[in-house]
Amino acid sequence: MLERVNRTRSVRPGKIFGAPGDGNSGFISLLTALVLVALWFLVTESGWVKPLFLPSPLAVWDKFMLALTEGVSNSTLTQHTLASLTRVFGAFLLALVTAVPIGILMGVNRIVRGLFDPIIEFYRPLPPLAYLPLVIIWLGIGEFPKVFLIYLAIFAPMAIAARAGVRSVSTEQIHAAYAMGATRGQVIGQVIMKAALPEIFTGMRIGIGVGWTTLVAAEMVAANRGLGFMVLNAAENLESDTVIMGIFIIGIFAFAFDLLIRYLEKVLIPWKGRI
Amino acid sequence: METLSVRNISLTYPGLYSDQAVIALKGVNLTIRSGDFVVALGASGCGKTTLLNLMAGFMAPSEGDITLGNHQVIGPGAERGVVFQKHALLPWLNVIENTEFGLKLRGVDKATRRELATRNLALVGLQDFHRHMIYHLSGGMQQRVGIARALTCDPAMLLMDEPMAALDALTRETIQELLLKVWQLTNKMFFFITHSVEEALFLGSRLIVMSPRPGRITHTYELDFNRRFLAEGNARAIKSSPEFIRMREEVLGIIYGDERESGNPEVAHA
Repeated sequence: MLERVNRTRSVRPGKIFGAPGDGNSGFISLLTALVLVALWFLVTESGWVKPLFLPSPLAVWDKFMLALTEGVSNSTLTQHTLASLTRVFGAFLLALVTAVPIGILMGVNRIVRGLFDPIIEFYRPLPPLAYLPLVIIWLGIGEFPKVFLIYLAIFAPMAIAARAGVRSVSTEQIHAAYAMGATRGQVIGQVIMKAALPEIFTGMRIGIGVGWTTLVAAEMVAANRGLGFMVLNAAENLESDTVIMGIFIIGIFAFAFDLLIRYLEKVLIPWKGRI
Repeated sequence: METLSVRNISLTYPGLYSDQAVIALKGVNLTIRSGDFVVALGASGCGKTTLLNLMAGFMAPSEGDITLGNHQVIGPGAERGVVFQKHALLPWLNVIENTEFGLKLRGVDKATRRELATRNLALVGLQDFHRHMIYHLSGGMQQRVGIARALTCDPAMLLMDEPMAALDALTRETIQELLLKVWQLTNKMFFFITHSVEEALFLGSRLIVMSPRPGRITHTYELDFNRRFLAEGNARAIKSSPEFIRMREEVLGIIYGDERESGNPEVAHA
């Protein structure tokens, strides 16, 4: 019995025993991706699944090259991608400069909170497809209503995150600032807004994710360019290879941007979770 | 020479129903002059922190008033610095940026505020830690930054709410001695809350003992252990001297009496 206790090493040297989920998982994730791609090759090359349901990776790659050079649905892939990126990031930036200040103000001012709370909480759970017709009837079929639809979807989570961030400042920090002669404006600008940064970044990550989700809905009506439009158009013609290619492009851009925000978070708010 | 006067202060916290209203303070009078080191001691719920919050301007009294010099205290201000139990520093700023924060708020130019912050950091023994981040410091060092930060605003008064409660015994003694040196150098008004009788006797030039329900000052002692320490420099010898021990037992007796009356089960057999 004692022998067994002595034999098992509880933890690797320099690591803390019992920390849940300790260690690097990057290698395992890479392995998961490789196995999935290998399975994809296997089931398509062996003919177990018809190309209509799941085209082979090579067919998707060919479609990708074709889309880059000759284009699909009347535009090249670069044009589709640029159209969608402009819409999503336009909406994201618009949300960033409006939702964050409004969220902060909701946190520090009861009148602003009373004004916006019912609006945000009412429309937030609605699916964008439900109010898409209204947006089109009110704003027409140009570029702005598409950006606006994505903007609405991003606005709610970002405003809610900024408002929640206000609460992460401690009363002591606020009192300390006042006891050093701070004005109310200085307390909001130099203490509360800084303390809310970690939550604002979380809101940005959730917001951009919702933005990508809403992209396809935004490009459903009266679009002639965009990744969402391309996927919808291909689906109508049962071009599964284009659908999968479109999904990959959206996924890669969304993932890359999330990595970028996570990197910025690490650089700009090193104190997150440490105090 | 400045004077802070607390005149006949009462504070009642309204409860949910009228019979639940808590009288936190009733008829408290206190005068603090430049160079006074006033220490408040008392059982839990005696209103020490409420009194500090009133002097800092974080709360308004139900009755009575507080004046500093010729001005009535109506809110927090830079002439009354506060050091908190938990350091309350800003984690996005490094040590020197935290220390000069108050001057930056006032629009003091960078060279001047760096100079003042540097001087105060040296005073608390952190001259080699200017660029460290707050979360890389130990609890004792964080509390030193808190003291340096409050001093850098050059307040007439320093209010401290159990600043050493979360520190280990050794660090506590070091910072006690540090505080006395700062007190001697700056000649400010000090108001200090603690739960430790020994700390109270060692630091204070005046000790006020408070009792709960309603919170009020029941005993006041004039002390000189702190001046003896500053003259002789041997803290242990002072803390083990017969007078110190006699005072300690006397004050402990008062506080235990209060705790037992209020039915605190922790001290039923003390």
